[in-house]
Amino acid sequence: MKINNATRRGFLKSTGLIAATLPFTQVKLAFAGDHPDINIAYISDSHLQHIKGTEFVRNWDRGLIRAIAETNLLDPQPDFIVYGGDLAQLGKKEELDHGAEMMAKLKAPVKYVLGEHDFYLDMGAYWEKLFGGKQYYSWDHKGVHFVVLNSILTYDKWINKWPSAAERMNQMAGLDNPNGSPFMIGDAQFAWLKQDLAKVAKDTPVVVFSHSPLQKIYKGWNFWTEEAEDIQAVLNQFSNVNVIYGHVHQIQYNRIGNINFHSVMATAWPWPYPESYAQAESHLPVLTVPMNRADPFHERDATGWQLIDVHTGRPTLSYNLYNNENRVVGPNDQGVPEDKQYASRATAPQKHY
Amino acid sequence: MNRKTIIGAVFALLATVLVGTQALGDTFTEKDVDRWMQQYKAVAAKGRTLWTSPALGTNGVACAQCHPNGANTHPETYPKYQKQLGKVVPIREMINWCIQNPLQGEPLALDDERMWAIEAYLQWERRGVKIEPGKH
Ligand code: HEC
Ligand SMILES: [Fe+2]
Ligand SMILES: [Fe+2]
Repeated sequence: MKINNATRRGFLKSTGLIAATLPFTQVKLAFAGDHPDINIAYISDSHLQHIKGTEFVRNWDRGLIRAIAETNLLDPQPDFIVYGGDLAQLGKKEELDHGAEMMAKLKAPVKYVLGEHDFYLDMGAYWEKLFGGKQYYSWDHKGVHFVVLNSILTYDKWINKWPSAAERMNQMAGLDNPNGSPFMIGDAQFAWLKQDLAKVAKDTPVVVFSHSPLQKIYKGWNFWTEEAEDIQAVLNQFSNVNVIYGHVHQIQYNRIGNINFHSVMATAWPWPYPESYAQAESHLPVLTVPMNRADPFHERDATGWQLIDVHTGRPTLSYNLYNNENRVVGPNDQGVPEDKQYASRATAPQKHY
Repeated sequence: MNRKTIIGAVFALLATVLVGTQALGDTFTEKDVDRWMQQYKAVAAKGRTLWTSPALGTNGVACAQCHPNGANTHPETYPKYQKQLGKVVPIREMINWCIQNPLQGEPLALDDERMWAIEAYLQWERRGVKIEPGKH
């Protein structure tokens, strides 16, 4: 990633105490001549959790409130904001309403992605009503083709086996629940995706937003998408194609074929890397330099949101990690995701075990 | 008879008097071992139930939300120096810390049977991992 001091411009209003603590004043990117400037703010996995009446878990609320306040300080405002899914914890109306009310404070337009925690109570009905009516869709913006997928569907047999909607939601909400079911996009959506992409020139940059990784990392925690290989084969026809996903609550990045993969952080809580579960084999992408471990005594540690620069088609993610060390992950000279600064620093990354 | 044999004979006599034909205390069978393992597993299963339930706190949050499969609790490293507390503590102190903070609950007594059920569960998820006391 190039950081050019001469073209660096104040991304955030530099007045006020909060702005002074934000990282992006320091990381405004250089502009690559012929590519238009595209900036996206990405907020994800807030898990707003209803207790009773008007009470919600304070910790998770604070994470989203802070992300929204900071995103509103961006100047200029991003082209759009993506909400990456899991706005709610148990898909309840109270939770989705609470989230919608908080999200309404954002100044820039928001594109919504469905997470499993938003979905399995009423199969997305209330979420659709609040957030635009479509579970998957695409649009073009400044020469880039953007796609939102609903990648948290699963087998009908599993969906229909529970005695109640609430029970189904509870079962899917447990990350490590052995009675869960793997994520997928399903046949109808896959057909739609192929059709949607057929219209797009193969050298057009494509950015896909999904909740699950669209690659197979660890099935036990659903860091997984059942049809990953088939989806990758379709995406791989493009020379410049990228997948940005939530769900994993940790920094991951990878390259498969032409596809750059990036995960985003949660505003609610961080998750252990799957390799720290000693009883199962998992496959964290080898490219990924893990983030620092979280200190539970700082409740916002290792939560945060990200600013994504897509002007060349290859995303560069600036992670704003509140109490943890900020990270910048972007394409190296070969276009492969890398965090040069972090990987080469004197202190070895903290070991997760 | 020397002293040792006398004592031996007395014990043998006592054993017959007290337990009749039953096996001695230090002999056990595969079946016993299985049964004892099942006893342990029943306690660990209680721990797993607590792990995934909001019962330990007041805000509906469960340990498993942040620690899937008990990951990131490192029972094999305790007791250890906890830099946030400035002293060496047993894992029970950290279990209580997480109960009081993310779960907004009341700490358990250190000898509460729920406490060791949680420990039994965490150890089960870490079975086979090398014991590394003090490791951060
Ligand atoms: C909001 C998320 C969150 C919740 C909920 C949570 N923890 Fe933690 N806990 C953490 C984090 C983060 C760490 C630090 C992990 C590390 O050291 O990498 C931690 C550390 C610990 C540790 C010490 C591990 C070490 O090596 O320092 C124990 C033990 C623990 N938690 C037990 C629990 C128990 C028991 C519960 C439920 C009562 C619980 N946690 C709930 C986030 C959470
Ligand atoms: Fe999530
Ligand atoms: Fe999720």
